[in-house]
Amino acid sequence: MAIQASEKGPTSSFGERLASFWRSASVPIMAILLAALIGAIILLLSGANPIDAYAALFKGSFSNARAIGRTLEKATPLILGGLAVAFAFKGGLFNIGGQGQLLIGAIVSAAIGFGLGGLPFIIHMPLALIGGAIAGALYASIAGALKAYTGAHEVITTIMLNFVAINITDFLANGPWKDEGIVARTPAILETAAIPKLDNIPLGFFIAVAVAIIIWYLLFRTTLGFEIRTVGLNPNAAKYSGILVARLTVLTMAISGFLAGLGGSIETLGVVGRFQPGFNVGLGFDGITIALLARTHPLAVIPAAILIGAMQAGSSQMQFDAKVSFEIIDVIQALILFFVSAEMIVRWILRIRADGDGGVRLSSGWGQG
Amino acid sequence: MTSNVALANNRSWLDFLRKTGVWVGILVVVAAIYGYTTEPQVTTSMLASTLRQSTPLVLGALCGLLGERSGVINIGIEGQMLLSAFVGFLANVYTGNLFIAVAAGVLTGALLGGLLAFMSVTLKMDQIIGGTVINILALGLTGFFYQTGLTTQGKLQPIALGPLADLPLVGPVLFENPPITYLAIILVFIMHYMLFYTRWGLRTRAIGEHPRAADTVGINVNRMRYINVSIAGGIAGLAGAFLTLEAVGSFERAMTNGRGFVALAVMIFGKYMPFGVWGSALLFGFATALQTQLQFSGTIQIPHQFIGMLPYVLTIVVLAGFVGRTRPPAAEGQPYETE
Repeated sequence: MAIQASEKGPTSSFGERLASFWRSASVPIMAILLAALIGAIILLLSGANPIDAYAALFKGSFSNARAIGRTLEKATPLILGGLAVAFAFKGGLFNIGGQGQLLIGAIVSAAIGFGLGGLPFIIHMPLALIGGAIAGALYASIAGALKAYTGAHEVITTIMLNFVAINITDFLANGPWKDEGIVARTPAILETAAIPKLDNIPLGFFIAVAVAIIIWYLLFRTTLGFEIRTVGLNPNAAKYSGILVARLTVLTMAISGFLAGLGGSIETLGVVGRFQPGFNVGLGFDGITIALLARTHPLAVIPAAILIGAMQAGSSQMQFDAKVSFEIIDVIQALILFFVSAEMIVRWILRIRADGDGGVRLSSGWGQG
Repeated sequence: MTSNVALANNRSWLDFLRKTGVWVGILVVVAAIYGYTTEPQVTTSMLASTLRQSTPLVLGALCGLLGERSGVINIGIEGQMLLSAFVGFLANVYTGNLFIAVAAGVLTGALLGGLLAFMSVTLKMDQIIGGTVINILALGLTGFFYQTGLTTQGKLQPIALGPLADLPLVGPVLFENPPITYLAIILVFIMHYMLFYTRWGLRTRAIGEHPRAADTVGINVNRMRYINVSIAGGIAGLAGAFLTLEAVGSFERAMTNGRGFVALAVMIFGKYMPFGVWGSALLFGFATALQTQLQFSGTIQIPHQFIGMLPYVLTIVVLAGFVGRTRPPAAEGQPYETE
């Protein structure tokens, strides 16, 4: 949120900037602390030692270079998943379909990765990367078009499309694109399509960070971004100012799906190396938590995703050291989401005034197109 | 659509029945008779399976309907079902008493309903985010507390309704069902009566359509939303209890499989009317029953994944085709601020 603070202009003093930063960052920080506290109570009730559990979680995510590398690796699709949700929020849309778009992106990038031989790395890898992202974009634009032209609410259609995507990818990995052998998965991608790793640092992470910066620029420094945000704030006003709302709705969903699909591509080309069913389940919901924790700001998505990624990276260490089932992470995430959205509670605890941004209003009935 | 659909109750549901229900009804009866003469066993099991598959959808959609009629959108039905299914299952494991187990499921649903009301009425949170919180919370809690290897002592058994159960075709389909399946059908009638013929129903529709006016005549809008959304949660809890205590008899992770969201489409397709909801739940139940039947019989050479998509694709098609033609309660999604 530091970026937002500096936007206030050069005239603001350091103290003012700090105060402004605190106003926007205090709620997410308090939300994390409150969620950790309640998580600790749940751990106590289930007979585990919360201090041991959290210590192991930290050890597994930040204690050495390998752990940090794993955290960044986990954070990569989360940044893109969070960006997908945050970007759609800015346009007034709630994309819960990140999961499905990621699956479609992953399998298409895997197909390009193993199917197109004889290309040099410089062409093959970007082609597979962008191919998956475009597949995600096309898939998401189904929900966008349904919303724009029939009024079918994207919350339901994107969830349904998640189930459809699970079936489509399951079919492809069991049928036409199946590897030899009995396991249902695609063949491994060729070396020319793989995203390389530098020691412990996954290069995919830097792609994700670069994309976050591009999305920030797109939203806050271009006309298209301005139009998308206008539609998000007030579709009627946008319509009367001459913005083609329906077309923009499809485009917003497509860009959101592009981001989720890119997450699937990077995971396939940089981490897994092929597509197999059951791949990265739950990313759609993680994306929601991250987007709201970042208060829908594209750059704040990066630290939010690193936090959730660290929790995921450390969860197996926690399971090993403290004998705590890793699903506690999901509980803590849900609590973070609750406290971030229930700003009123946090602001009451902190006695701070509202800053009027970052709030999300989506529910206005199912019928509005 | 005229503006007073939701209040002019009888006319519009009759209209709805005339327009779609009759055609669907004729189709089903013709198909059933034709099927019964050629393949009696398959037809009977298909129709019985349709009714059973529709049960959680009817209950989920009634939950959504009561919430939205009161002005609160509930996309947390999925989570309410899941956690209730889990708690009901655990209660069955530890007490062995199915009645207590069902009650525990219903209570869990009602408490989650109360949580949704707290978020949307008191905290004035965005209702869609509030529902999402419930979904993610249920997924996390059930995953965290789930242990493999838990077994239960039995599940709810079918009750044959005397001589009615001996009728050909109709008997095994309609009059030989487990209790929650009967209860879901009874609840459709109760909900219709309560919503359109009682003072409570009039008030409920008033706070969903025009809370300001309701407030002016002395109705406590926010208290009523709390009560109704909690009752609705209890109905979703019954759907969850159906899954673990009547249909399957065990719990699996994320076993609701999107039914809570399909239920919302059922509600919209049913035009926010209890009988409409019942009809559209039967249609969705049929799609699921057909999917299962096709997968088992193997008569048609379609990869099972495509058959598996059927209920979800149907949901999308129904939403796309009908959402613009129904009119949701006017005040849904908005917190009510007293002056």
